[in-house]
Amino acid sequence: MSAQTAYDKAKADGRAALVGYLPAGFPSYEGAVQAAKTMVDAGCDVIEIGLPYTDPMMDGPTIQDAVHRALVGGVRVADVFRTVEAVAATGVPVLVMTYWNPVDHYGVDRFARDLASAGGSGLITPDLTPEEGGPWLEASDAHGLDRVFLVALSSTDERIEAITRACRGFVYAASLMGVTGARSALDTGAPRLVERTRAVLDKAGSALPVGLGLGVGTGAQAAEVAGFADGVIVGSAFIRRLLDAPDLAAGLAGVRALTEELAAGVRHGR
Amino acid sequence: MTMDTAARGAGPLPDATGHFGRFGGRFAPEALMAALDELAREFETAKNDPAFTAELEDLLANYAGRPSLLTEAARFSEHAGARVLLKREDLNHTGSHKINNVLGQALLTRRMGKTRVIAETGAGQHGVATATAAALLGLTCTVYMGEVDTERQALNVARMRMLGAEVIPVRTGSRTLKDACNEAFRDWVASVDDTHYCIGSVMGPHPFPVMVRDFQRVIGVEARRQCVEMTGALPDAVVACVGGGSNAIGTFHAFVGDESVRLIGFEAGGDGVATGRHAATLVGGSLGVIHGMRTYLLQDDDGQTLETHSISAGLDYPGVGPEHSWLHDTGRAEYREITDAEAMEAFALLCRTEGIIPAIESAHALAGALKVGKELGPDATIVVCLSGRGDKDMHTAATFFGLMPEGENA
Repeated sequence: MSAQTAYDKAKADGRAALVGYLPAGFPSYEGAVQAAKTMVDAGCDVIEIGLPYTDPMMDGPTIQDAVHRALVGGVRVADVFRTVEAVAATGVPVLVMTYWNPVDHYGVDRFARDLASAGGSGLITPDLTPEEGGPWLEASDAHGLDRVFLVALSSTDERIEAITRACRGFVYAASLMGVTGARSALDTGAPRLVERTRAVLDKAGSALPVGLGLGVGTGAQAAEVAGFADGVIVGSAFIRRLLDAPDLAAGLAGVRALTEELAAGVRHGR
Repeated sequence: MTMDTAARGAGPLPDATGHFGRFGGRFAPEALMAALDELAREFETAKNDPAFTAELEDLLANYAGRPSLLTEAARFSEHAGARVLLKREDLNHTGSHKINNVLGQALLTRRMGKTRVIAETGAGQHGVATATAAALLGLTCTVYMGEVDTERQALNVARMRMLGAEVIPVRTGSRTLKDACNEAFRDWVASVDDTHYCIGSVMGPHPFPVMVRDFQRVIGVEARRQCVEMTGALPDAVVACVGGGSNAIGTFHAFVGDESVRLIGFEAGGDGVATGRHAATLVGGSLGVIHGMRTYLLQDDDGQTLETHSISAGLDYPGVGPEHSWLHDTGRAEYREITDAEAMEAFALLCRTEGIIPAIESAHALAGALKVGKELGPDATIVVCLSGRGDKDMHTAATFFGLMPEGENA
């Protein structure tokens, strides 16, 4: 199922979609599955499962820490597919967020096939732009998968046009020039980026939704973002709840409380 | 030499999108694409701007000390079994070839109206060169360095700080060069408006591999001319050490069209490639994507980067510049490994036979020359890029050879 289905459903409810991120294998294989299911149960419309990677170039300290723990814990690519399968069983679209090398090394078509078999919806690729994405464009077409590329504050309109043309599922707007991690204030350029992206999509007659991520961590911020974007993407704030908890049960309770706060936020933004 | 010959590539590669065959390209966050485009544009314009090339040539000649010498290594040659000529990049200001590239990039930084440079460094040679150029041009400078490397290269950390740079020890991952690269990229994504990432080798997303190559090409252009003047002929082989590979590309490039000249790169074999404790990417790696480029890479079955090992911090890197991967695949250049022990033996030999203390990186090339010399025989001439001097490595070397005073060998 394309992530766009969940976005469309949220839109029909008169709200923005809530997208939650968690890396596979963190705090453990089973812990990640439980946390993701908790996020779905408490109000996330789309789940992103991170593929833990040794060189997370775009990630801040919180995600680096979680991913490092997952790798030390022995998580493998096969575990990512298993996690996707378990979470997709809840009925929400599940995308894998991954740096490009693990996919490249696994074999792009083979990765797409195995992701589709696991019930995954597609990939979010923070270090792959459409220019280098030829094999992935083919494989995602062949296996009916979403491909979510990022647009940034520094993207020109020409690039936004090329990127959005290549996207399926939704467009990921990076709200700030920086790495992942919750921030106290959002960049003032974020609404403008969403507006520019929408204008390009409108011109092309595309109804592709625009989700905004990087830096969102509270219900108030979710409400703010829901005021101008189709989706609110949250990652580090969930991980923080799990990192700071004394045990998994407390971590899951923290994740549930945060999801409820964010879910209320996306409903109050409009 | 002129900037014209230094900056103009010899062949058609890379293509306009930065590909050397299936290698290279631009695998980087979208947030950096505008800056990479700007850099590529600015570099193209600068290469053809007489004012830029004149300023760079002036700095190379009157600040860095170019051209560097080509030294006949007569006593070392007896051990190599062939005639060895040393291209003396160790005589450059700051003590290595790194200054060639950094002066070019610092001028570009100023030209783009940016006021800050960031850099990653392993052994500290590139960090020191960047801090130096930043001081010269009045730029703010931050250098990322793996925590492990700050310990084994403490003297260079002090040098960078003395020059006014902020040195940030990186404590993530393996705490070596690759992690310093990750951290520098993270900084750059957040600071790209006023900051240039001065990458220290022929690696990273386009246009870095071609730009750094062109700034380092001066090494080979000089060496080729000097060799012909000195011996009346081209060398039979050109050898250099390869971590990221900038001194090697800089030396090889002028000879790529000379089919009679063998180009041989020596990678860090650590304890031996068979042990798994090494950093010999082309000898023991597979195709992948790292730090913005497609290239050969040391990785496991899941595409996770493997930890590397080398006695040389400057070679302790799991990737290699994409042009080397291309030269490797086409067979134009050969790549082999040198173990830590072989490198240190050659290190000591150069000290005792020529009165030159080389960088441990460069000692890998010297160890390579000892092998190649025996293969080619007494009539052969081998040009070795002596990429840097060994002052920074004295602690490592003294410990290795047991030369420290009692109780200080730790």
